[in-house]
Amino acid sequence: MNLTLLMYLIPSLIMFGCGVYGFLTRKNMIAIMISLELMLNSIDINFVVFNRYLFPGQMEGMFFTLFAIAIAAAETALALAIIINVFRIAKDVDINKINKLKF
Amino acid sequence: MPLSYTIAVIAIPLLMFLFLGLVGVKMEKKLTGILGCIGMLVTTVLAYGVALTYFFGTGEGQVSAEGVRQAVTVFNPDWLSFSKTLVVRMGIMLDPIAAMMLIVITTVSMMVHLYSLGYMCDHHGHAEKGFQRYYAFLALFTFSMLGLVVATNLFQIFIFFEMVGVSSYLLIGFYYESPAAIHASKKAFIVTRLADLFFLVGILILSYYTQTFDFFGSDVNGIAGLLDNPQSSVAKAGATTFMGCSAMAWALTFIFIGGAGKSAMYPLHIWLPDAMEGPTPVSALIHAATMVVAGVYLVARLFPLYVIVQGAMDIICVVGAFTAFYAAAIACVQSDIKRALAFSTISQIAFMMTSLAVSSADGKLIEIHGGYGLGYMASMFHLFTHAMFKALLFLCAGAIIHAVHSNENDKMHGLHKYMPITSFAFLIGCLAIAGIPPFAGFWSKDEILVAAYEKGLGWGIWMSMVAGMTAFYMFRIYFLIFHWKKHEVHTEHEPSDQPWTMTLPLIILATISIVAGFVPAANLVTWDGAPLHTQLNWTVAGSSVLIACVGIGLAYKMYYKENTLPQRMADSCRGLWTAAYRRFYMDELYQFITHKVIFQGICKPIAKFDRAVIDGFFNMLAEVTNTVSFGIRKLQSGSIQGYVYVYFIGALLLAAVTAMFVIF
Amino acid sequence: MESVGNIIMYFVIALSIIVFSVLTVTTRKILRSATYLLFVLFATAALYFQMDYPFLGAVQIAVYAGGIVVLFVFSILLTQRPGDDAAQLISTRRWLGAVAAIAGVGVTGYALFSYAKFCGKQLPAMGDIDMATLGHFLLSTDKWGYLLPFEAVSVLLLACIIGGVVIARRR
Repeated sequence: MNLTLLMYLIPSLIMFGCGVYGFLTRKNMIAIMISLELMLNSIDINFVVFNRYLFPGQMEGMFFTLFAIAIAAAETALALAIIINVFRIAKDVDINKINKLKF
Repeated sequence: MPLSYTIAVIAIPLLMFLFLGLVGVKMEKKLTGILGCIGMLVTTVLAYGVALTYFFGTGEGQVSAEGVRQAVTVFNPDWLSFSKTLVVRMGIMLDPIAAMMLIVITTVSMMVHLYSLGYMCDHHGHAEKGFQRYYAFLALFTFSMLGLVVATNLFQIFIFFEMVGVSSYLLIGFYYESPAAIHASKKAFIVTRLADLFFLVGILILSYYTQTFDFFGSDVNGIAGLLDNPQSSVAKAGATTFMGCSAMAWALTFIFIGGAGKSAMYPLHIWLPDAMEGPTPVSALIHAATMVVAGVYLVARLFPLYVIVQGAMDIICVVGAFTAFYAAAIACVQSDIKRALAFSTISQIAFMMTSLAVSSADGKLIEIHGGYGLGYMASMFHLFTHAMFKALLFLCAGAIIHAVHSNENDKMHGLHKYMPITSFAFLIGCLAIAGIPPFAGFWSKDEILVAAYEKGLGWGIWMSMVAGMTAFYMFRIYFLIFHWKKHEVHTEHEPSDQPWTMTLPLIILATISIVAGFVPAANLVTWDGAPLHTQLNWTVAGSSVLIACVGIGLAYKMYYKENTLPQRMADSCRGLWTAAYRRFYMDELYQFITHKVIFQGICKPIAKFDRAVIDGFFNMLAEVTNTVSFGIRKLQSGSIQGYVYVYFIGALLLAAVTAMFVIF
Repeated sequence: MESVGNIIMYFVIALSIIVFSVLTVTTRKILRSATYLLFVLFATAALYFQMDYPFLGAVQIAVYAGGIVVLFVFSILLTQRPGDDAAQLISTRRWLGAVAAIAGVGVTGYALFSYAKFCGKQLPAMGDIDMATLGHFLLSTDKWGYLLPFEAVSVLLLACIIGGVVIARRR
């Protein structure tokens, strides 16, 4: 049995699907952020896997993932800061109740 | 005195207007009046100096080698320069009629300024509300009228034509708290504006064909050259025809309509009787002596052109002759003293118009005693004398109204005992207008009748008849006011002669009315500037005096002592009397045409179309936009997950499509 | 042909990724959700190790598992009372989400399987990447150098620090 490219992409794909599902269905903003992390992570895996299988010895995918992790960390920190601030004002992190910005 | 002083004559009233209008409110009321009088006095002195210099001086370019007095253009700078040919100039030109008008305007205006000092006060000598405004407007009017008469081109005339219209509007509506005054001012403004529209169209047609705003075309040197030069641009304009008439005929007819509006010719006369709602001195200045003759002045300005285009001249002749009779007939039965005088004014202005028109036949001037253009001279002479005695009559009427607080004849009666000076002044005015020698009106009216008889026997008889009616209705007014029966005092004090500020102008104007006939107008005010030799036509003069005496006698018989004859006569032809009293229903006709025909028939459907179709279309656009916006605003739900869902589905569809293309 | 240990390792990683991903988004307790996320991230790190990218795996554990998840836990504890269940999901909403997710997985999976040429590829051999090479690439301006993105990310991080302080500060 060989470990083909496809075999690594399938868990990544399922992880992404889970992220989409979570993002679309959860009401808690922190849960939505968690789903977002899932999607981001699955993309990271894709980069690494493609790099490893198609261009071994080169490092573009790896560095992309490296930077993506850094940016994801920054983004998450900021998003969580905003969520906490919103919670302080609205006493809630339910995304359906934070919709004052519409028309 | 240099002729360039004319600019001061015009500038001083303008400065007075600005000064009184802007600063006057802060000043003592009487002081503004006195200041206005002083300013006007300076203007008058300067205007007399300039006019006399023009008439009797022999300065540079004033008199040609043949002894013909030339028009002098004092200065004429470009004012608006649109293109090479389209240039509007603002300047000062003096010729015989302009110089004469300077005298007329400043004299009457001076008298009115002085008279108003007394008239615009109540019986305790306190100035009325708006006293400063009144004097500012008087100055504005004087400025506009002076600017009109010295204009160097048609466009300048038009501008000042509008300005006198505005001043007239402002002064008629001076008592803006009275609805009648507001209606009268609006009526005057709208009617004259309508006429001025024709005037403007006429100017545009004329200047389009002659390529200039100047009076007689650019390539004709002076008036006299015009008739002899068939190659001039003006003559060529006659060659272009539209609907059977030449462009010149159309233009001149339209210009005459403009003049007719200002001069209250039938059927555009309806505003003038109502304009009597203004203060009486204003009626004397604007609606008797100066502004209303602007139309006559306009026709006189373009006189050589009208001579060429006989069709337009015929229209003037017919309109003038008819208006003279029509207004005289109405004046015979009016009970309001100012209205009667207003119709008398219309009649007399029509006299002047007719006089202008009868001086030519078949495109040529009629020769009388070896001279040409007697009617023109007579018209301008009559304009001069009429301004004096009609201003006198109006100022007398003002004094009477001030004394008895009413415009109606039946509140007056028997005032001779109480107001002797006014009575004598009014009598002199009546004698002058009736044409009894040696008063002013005789000399000018006699020349008009001579010119009319020379044009045709019918014209002469018609005008003589109107002259007789003039004598009758004027003395009817005189006898009704000052005699008829003993005066019943209606107010808390007895009527009496007014203070000196009001009496002095009466005396001055009465004196002028006596002597003005001896002014050698024939030598000074002629159409080409050359002296005209006239001699008294004893047949015409004798018959006109006889007719006037018959009119006076009839008035004496009917109105000197209280009797029932007028009542019986009115009853015997009740319908005619009522029709004349209601001014032959002209106002009702206008009311019918404007309200029933134009408003109901044209304006209302148009308004309906505007509201329903045009407004409706835009309302529909707004409504649709509004509805659609309300519908689609739900898309912006504020729910991030909703957005992401749509985004994700879209991305997925794109991916699916792409995948299909790549794979298959 | 792979070694058996490698294959077993693969299955463990793949299964844990799939299972914990599903659990992450389906559990009703938010703290558990964060914990399952942690497991997913660990599994991912293990995958990186298996791919011969030990540095990446270390970063994954340090930054993600060590940093971000801790942040999550903190913010959960700040905003949620422990033991609270998330409200029952509305079923239409859940169905819609599931349909979208499955459709996405379906389309992408279909595309993947259609590309058997790539997907059947064997794992090629690759030499170790030592830290010196990595550091050289990261701070070089040569053809394969990443100094500019490195600096950009460092500025971004600085901005995030300041932003985080400004936003979360109590006024």
